[in-house]
Amino acid sequence: MNELSPTAFLIASAVKVLAVFTALMVAIMYATWAERRLSAFIQDRLGPNRVGPFGLLQPIADGLKNIIKEETDPATASRFFFVLGPMLSIMPALVTFAVIPFAAPLPTPWGTVDMIVADLPVGVLYILAISSLGVYGIFLGGWSSNNKYALLGGLRASAQMVSYEVGLGLSLIPVMMLAGNVTLTRMVADQQLGLWYILPLSLGFLLFLISAFAETNRLPFDMPEAESELVTGYHTEYSSMKFSMFFIAEYAHVITASALMATLFLGGWDIPFWAGDNFIPYEGGLISGFTAAGDPIPAQLSIWTTLLTLGAFMLKTTFFVVLYIWVRWTLPRFRYDQVMHLGWKVMLPTALAYVMLVGATILVLDQLGVSGGPGFALALTAVSLVATGMFALYLDRGRIITGAAPAGRAARAVPAAHP
Amino acid sequence: MAISVKVIRRPEAARSSYLRAALKGMSLTFRHMVNPRKVTRSYPEEPTELHPRWRGTHRMEVHADGRPKCVACGLCPTVCPANCIRLVGGEDDQGNRYPIVYEIDEFRCIFCGMCQEVCPVEAIHVGQHFENAEYTRERFVYDLDRLMEQEHPVTALWDPSDPASE
Repeated sequence: MNELSPTAFLIASAVKVLAVFTALMVAIMYATWAERRLSAFIQDRLGPNRVGPFGLLQPIADGLKNIIKEETDPATASRFFFVLGPMLSIMPALVTFAVIPFAAPLPTPWGTVDMIVADLPVGVLYILAISSLGVYGIFLGGWSSNNKYALLGGLRASAQMVSYEVGLGLSLIPVMMLAGNVTLTRMVADQQLGLWYILPLSLGFLLFLISAFAETNRLPFDMPEAESELVTGYHTEYSSMKFSMFFIAEYAHVITASALMATLFLGGWDIPFWAGDNFIPYEGGLISGFTAAGDPIPAQLSIWTTLLTLGAFMLKTTFFVVLYIWVRWTLPRFRYDQVMHLGWKVMLPTALAYVMLVGATILVLDQLGVSGGPGFALALTAVSLVATGMFALYLDRGRIITGAAPAGRAARAVPAAHP
Repeated sequence: MAISVKVIRRPEAARSSYLRAALKGMSLTFRHMVNPRKVTRSYPEEPTELHPRWRGTHRMEVHADGRPKCVACGLCPTVCPANCIRLVGGEDDQGNRYPIVYEIDEFRCIFCGMCQEVCPVEAIHVGQHFENAEYTRERFVYDLDRLMEQEHPVTALWDPSDPASE
């Protein structure tokens, strides 16, 4: 692994910032397009199919329309914060992506370029810190509009995001314990050697998934927008490009959360069952694994592995984006008290208990002399599966076994108390 | 294609499984997502099929030499309930009556089709056509030349021996 010279590093970083920003904006554009098309298919409609082939140019038409449209400023709005809101909302959504590794390192004549904008040693903590800043934009927008619906939307947004921030952070602790690190590149490397974390930490993944839905304000947790109750919630008073900023921010959050889930639980840019894409930092060099005798195998970098791993990363991220869309157009919205109940009385205790469980399992396995390898991963997988099953059973009040009783049939078993 | 309404007997909410219900809903929406039922008609590209007795834009039948079949008898302006037909008749050297002015105001017309029914020489017809948008109101008064230019199929008259058109 040859280091970049300081000048090359600067140039490479600038190019990466530009490329990632552009790719992210394009991805956001096509996420809105995919949302509209997929929701249309789910509802047996056609969706936007007029602008360009399959409606692929629709996002450009939308963007042009939003820029040209008249901007209305509510007379009673607090102007400074009204303008600040969309800015504060879009900024954290975009900068979070900086620490997510999106492909294998790229070999260039000037040295190896890491395919990550900023390989921060505190990657996960940075994401947690920045992503919770997003609530300020939403809350400021809602409050400064001087509109009761917008205010209610902003209030709900802050309450919801604070509540689920806890679950989000706690569900990541098992990941950090397993990786022994908070750097995202090291987590990817760890998953390349062993199992993807979705298997040994299935309950952590589930908790993170639910929290991520709540953090991005997507259905079934779209309390801040709640069209049927709050007009459109916090951005009721916004028009043209300022509204578009909130819209872009929402999809940027979705894409970042999807990329994060792919990185933390689905191995990032790892291609499964192939050692050729493993680039693990080891004693100053990159290796692709160990021989049976325990000797490191040097990694073979090439532009093709970089492109292939980039494809794998994009595929995994797309899967989660589609999951977001799919869930949004299936499940109805929670009631506000149900959101709070789930956040504080279910997610928080479960996440805490799960941290204890994973910690205890790792400790017990350590004492037994198993601290890595397939046995370790399989034991954790089994423990997590049992925990996930119990969590599902609890969430469903024990009815996941018996299923839905048809109307009119006499009750067979008297259900336990409502949780 | 008609969309049918399916009545579902709801299970008692207190005894149903949330996770099963959610997964069931997800699988249902997934089936639609990958294989949407095509119920939308892309209208301008896929034209609407009109019924043979659809009554729309008028049309004046013409003789082989290009003269209108109308003999200016005055029955259609008399029978017209919306009073939308203006007819001024004339007579040529051989004593054949013909229309000098024949105008139909498509805005006033209620498309009852009585002009077609009453016409003794089967000259004026209502037709299977409805796409007649214009930029000005004046353009909706169709004069004789315009009525003769129309090319859409004419409306089939109601047949008393086959009242439901089967």
